[in-house]
Amino acid sequence: MRYVDEFRDRAKADVLVKEIERLLAHTGRDQDRPLQIMEVCGGHTHTIFRYGVEGMLPKSIELVHGPGCPVCVLPMGRVDDCVAIAEHPEVIFTTFGDAMRVPGSRRSLLQAKADGCDVRMVYSPMDALALARQNRDREVVFFGIGFETTMPSTALTVLQAEREGIKNFSIFCNHITIVPTIKAILDSPDLRLDGFLGPGHVSMVIGDAPYEFIARYYKKPMVIAGFEPLDILQSIWMLLRQIDEGRCEIENQYARVAPAGGNAVALQAVAQVYELREFFEWRGLGSIDHSGVKVRDAYAGFDAERKFAVPNARIADPKSCQCGEVLKGVIKPWQCKVFGRACSPETPLGALMVSSEGACAAYYQYGGIKRGRDETEASVA
Amino acid sequence: MNMVSFPPRRSRGTVHVPTVTLAHGGGGKAMKDLIDDVFVEAFDNPLLAPLDDQARIDLLDLAQYGDRLAFTTDSFVVDPLVFPGGDIGKLAVCGTVNDLAVGGALPLYLSCAVIIEEGVSIDFLRQIARSMAATAQEAGVKIVTGDTKVVNKGACDQMFITTTGVGVVAAGVELGAHRARLGDAVLVNGLLGDHGAAILGARGDMALQSPIESDCAPLQGLVASLLNAAPNTRFMRDPTRGGVATVLNEIAEAAQVAIEIDEAVTPLRDEVRGFCEILGLDPLYLANEGKIVAIVPPDEAEQALEAMRAHPLGRQAAVIGSVVAGESGRVTMRTIFGGRRIVDMLVGEQLPRIC
Repeated sequence: MRYVDEFRDRAKADVLVKEIERLLAHTGRDQDRPLQIMEVCGGHTHTIFRYGVEGMLPKSIELVHGPGCPVCVLPMGRVDDCVAIAEHPEVIFTTFGDAMRVPGSRRSLLQAKADGCDVRMVYSPMDALALARQNRDREVVFFGIGFETTMPSTALTVLQAEREGIKNFSIFCNHITIVPTIKAILDSPDLRLDGFLGPGHVSMVIGDAPYEFIARYYKKPMVIAGFEPLDILQSIWMLLRQIDEGRCEIENQYARVAPAGGNAVALQAVAQVYELREFFEWRGLGSIDHSGVKVRDAYAGFDAERKFAVPNARIADPKSCQCGEVLKGVIKPWQCKVFGRACSPETPLGALMVSSEGACAAYYQYGGIKRGRDETEASVA
Repeated sequence: MNMVSFPPRRSRGTVHVPTVTLAHGGGGKAMKDLIDDVFVEAFDNPLLAPLDDQARIDLLDLAQYGDRLAFTTDSFVVDPLVFPGGDIGKLAVCGTVNDLAVGGALPLYLSCAVIIEEGVSIDFLRQIARSMAATAQEAGVKIVTGDTKVVNKGACDQMFITTTGVGVVAAGVELGAHRARLGDAVLVNGLLGDHGAAILGARGDMALQSPIESDCAPLQGLVASLLNAAPNTRFMRDPTRGGVATVLNEIAEAAQVAIEIDEAVTPLRDEVRGFCEILGLDPLYLANEGKIVAIVPPDEAEQALEAMRAHPLGRQAAVIGSVVAGESGRVTMRTIFGGRRIVDMLVGEQLPRIC
């Protein structure tokens, strides 16, 4: 299949793996002191597991699976708010499918649906707006979730609703921003990372400039990476080349999709509709300053938080959860006390077990091989 | 069976209204007319004709086919009722026929219980009944008993169908997941995931136009050729809900073996691959309605593959993997990229109401 198979070419992968091994030999890193690279984005985590990329890499490279899965980092209190909105009898609550199973403190949206709430899965906020057009006597709420990648489409939908004068549509805004979050990880005292794979689809919107501080102040290299397995390998190779040559820059491997300056139209829509929140609560990471956005006063009529009495209660993460340590690369998913026991994809306790892009869920589903390799040295890869 | 019995000499009833109403489930003349005009008309056969509360089947007749009765049931709630490549009627016959066939049984008789929401058009009901009749004929089975219920608007989504089937297993045919052994080949009879992708496309909520048709088909003929060519076949299952990934996990679990498949040789239609790429689905978990997964001993794998490929429903059959040494109960896949990953059971579901 064109535009797909070229990016999964095994022969090219073999060449890259050899180059990675050669560069790594230069750095003097070994299994006992591995090079730790964080892929920030859940999409990368998924690709890495889906294609078995980690098993192809030398053992002296350790991939740390970052916080870039918006479903995973959604705190329980916000899920409770979703359910509270959905409980209004006039509401049609619309959401992307993977947010349906995220547990709240009482129940998930999937359970709320089973209990009679009108919760519907959509593939785009525009589908939600279409529902509002067709159901003028109902209140249609779209669950806005995601990083800068999905922020513009929600913003453009609000602008479209305004143009059409649709009054029965609003968004429950849970959009979050990646930069303050990376900063929070970089500021954590137990940080051990050597470099980052940057989220390519966020850069498609914001470009590469917002990451400059990572190289400049924190002296960590970053390569903005695409989502096919060859993209991942090439990005790791680019990162190693920087380390080998003693450079520390923000490089863009995903130039075919992510332009240096980002997408001006998308950024304009985002700036028009949202403003930064003072802080936003993350599952596993706690409260991070300026890490979320809310709807501006000018669009208050489209803001579900103002339209409905949202309880906005803060619910602490379960005590047994070690998602924060996994996110920062301090422990591996299976080293968590509850991994695979109290916390599994059927009954997730922690953020990282919730979505297929979460590191723990990915390990649970695809990762036994890597884990076996690391733990017993009985290599099957 | 809730069909009213009536003197055989009486003429068949006819429905004179355009839609099904609660009266058609009332047990009286309206119901008799509906059953006569729609179901008896379509299924017409001597065992059904008396319209007694049960069909009576001669044991000696059954015994000529083998020494064990196979018995299965399945309910069908697919949404939408008509989709590219089939409809709920065809699916209801294929599903039960295939459940019998993969057990090594020759499918012979089906029952058909229909729950209808008031307001469904008689013409549509007729269309579904005829689809069932045509598929039954193709599968060599007879629909010999049934039941009709009509429920209030909203109590079901247009129509649910339950079919129960009986078949006979020939003497000497022994199939079981636990019989899988190290070195056995894993075969499928063609392109995977078509049904799941077709249903998803037909729902229309994706705003994706796709030419993908369901693979829905009765497999008794293909299974017979396979068993003829590879008599020591260990096990077969039709990978419906949960797809091939789920069936392989069930086999690995039951036999306490490890299974490895190879992504590069797993047959997939480009359209299905594209569909999955766009929607973030894994084709290994998509439903099939005209496929089997067969575990065959290594020395019979070649004949098995040839037999499948010689059959119209197996042209693109492939050996996709084998039973290997490794952690028992574990299914893995060599990826096209050269890596290796675990193929686990599906958690929750990719899609509701696909069959």
